[in-house]
Amino acid sequence: MPSRLEELKDGIRKALPDLDMVLAWGQGPDSLRRKPLFIVSQADIDKIVWDPCCSPNLAGYLTGLRGKKVGIVVKGCDCRSVVELIQEKLVDRAEVTIFGLHCEGTIDPAKVRATLPGDARGAFGDCRVSDGRIRFASDTSLQNLAASDAFYDKCLHCSDPNAGFCDYFIGERGTPPPVSTAPPDALERLEAMGLEERFRFWEQAMDRCVRCYACRNACPLCVCKDHCLAQSRDPHWVDQTDHPREKLMFQVIHALHTAGRCVECGECERACPMGLPVMALKRALNRQINELFDYRAGLDPEAIPPLFTFREEEDRIGEKKWS
Amino acid sequence: MPILEGKELHIIGFLCNWCSYGGADTAGVGRFVQPTDLRIIKTPCTGRINPLFIMRAFLNGADGVLVSGCHPRDCHYSQGNFFARRRLEVLRALLPVVGIAPERFAYTWVSASEGQRWKTVVERFTEQIHALGPIPAFADPGRIETCLRGQANPYGGSHALTA
Repeated sequence: MPSRLEELKDGIRKALPDLDMVLAWGQGPDSLRRKPLFIVSQADIDKIVWDPCCSPNLAGYLTGLRGKKVGIVVKGCDCRSVVELIQEKLVDRAEVTIFGLHCEGTIDPAKVRATLPGDARGAFGDCRVSDGRIRFASDTSLQNLAASDAFYDKCLHCSDPNAGFCDYFIGERGTPPPVSTAPPDALERLEAMGLEERFRFWEQAMDRCVRCYACRNACPLCVCKDHCLAQSRDPHWVDQTDHPREKLMFQVIHALHTAGRCVECGECERACPMGLPVMALKRALNRQINELFDYRAGLDPEAIPPLFTFREEEDRIGEKKWS
Repeated sequence: MPILEGKELHIIGFLCNWCSYGGADTAGVGRFVQPTDLRIIKTPCTGRINPLFIMRAFLNGADGVLVSGCHPRDCHYSQGNFFARRRLEVLRALLPVVGIAPERFAYTWVSASEGQRWKTVVERFTEQIHALGPIPAFADPGRIETCLRGQANPYGGSHALTA
């Protein structure tokens, strides 16, 4: 039986003649990271890598490639981003060919380096997942890590690791990781604090923020390009001063602009050079939207997003009583 | 003289032009005595209210934010308050995550004839905010808060909010 990677390469090989480009992952700067691979010729196909280190979400490139026939390789969360882009008509369904995969979780290099002793850069060779543990074979040793010590938090709380909406599904579908065993994510850790403590948490976190806007630039749904509120002087939503207030305001803008759209792919946190848990804000909004409107983003390209519509009588919204 | 003079908190009210602003006016014309912590910003419709208005107000140091518009089905533009209701209800979930007590924010519906109701809303909401006290402030006040709290303007402008 061919491996998943071979199956994926075969699929792309067959589809490539009809496409201008295929987006996949290739070798990255070190053994724990992969970078986007833009396949335009058959020779590029051999450079494809598929393993738990393929964390980048490639969906963000689609909006810049409109008008071209593009193939894209997606994990479960990436697929939801693509669905969201199609739903919002930012990407034309007819122009994209989706190769879906089942994802076992993606490696957080920072976590792995924190867990394993010594300078790990370049020391990991092969990386495999079996029985919920991650095995790294290096030149000299074999390391074995629990999923919670190696995967991104978002992967431990993944709702569906299978690409649910695709033209070609490669390999077999799998089940999401058990939530009961997952350690608390950033939102749960925040909610264990008191209100004042949460405010201080963000104050300190935003004090560390370098305001590079990597979170925004990595977000596949941040599509305003040159019209981002963060750079607008009129209206002047965000001040240029280096103050936690302004940086928190930007995070709030990002969260509210992706409310009901964010698929929790985790790109904002992955891109953050300071390791700030900025996705917690988006998770809180998504949870509320799910509770109020029974809606999750990225599942149905035909769905009407809940904030684009209303009901005269809302089932789950009560009116405040004053007396 | 207001009862709470000197102890007032900053409450920002976003009111729709057609119902609640009229309701507040009715309360004024009826000479109802109300707490004076509230500062009203008139908007064309609650549908015009971007949830970011509310977040910006809180981050700039507002202790409470009240949104009020036409009753459902009474919107001057038919649908504005229905959209607003969804947005504001979603926003409510964000406040506790950034450490702002969700009770600091409320939205309600007051029609232009409901002066008495407006008075009740303002009284109850002001009580609620006073029970919570001032909003947590950033350790470094920065210039907005310095201006808002009425201290000397570090940037030399004459008006407190033009710095």
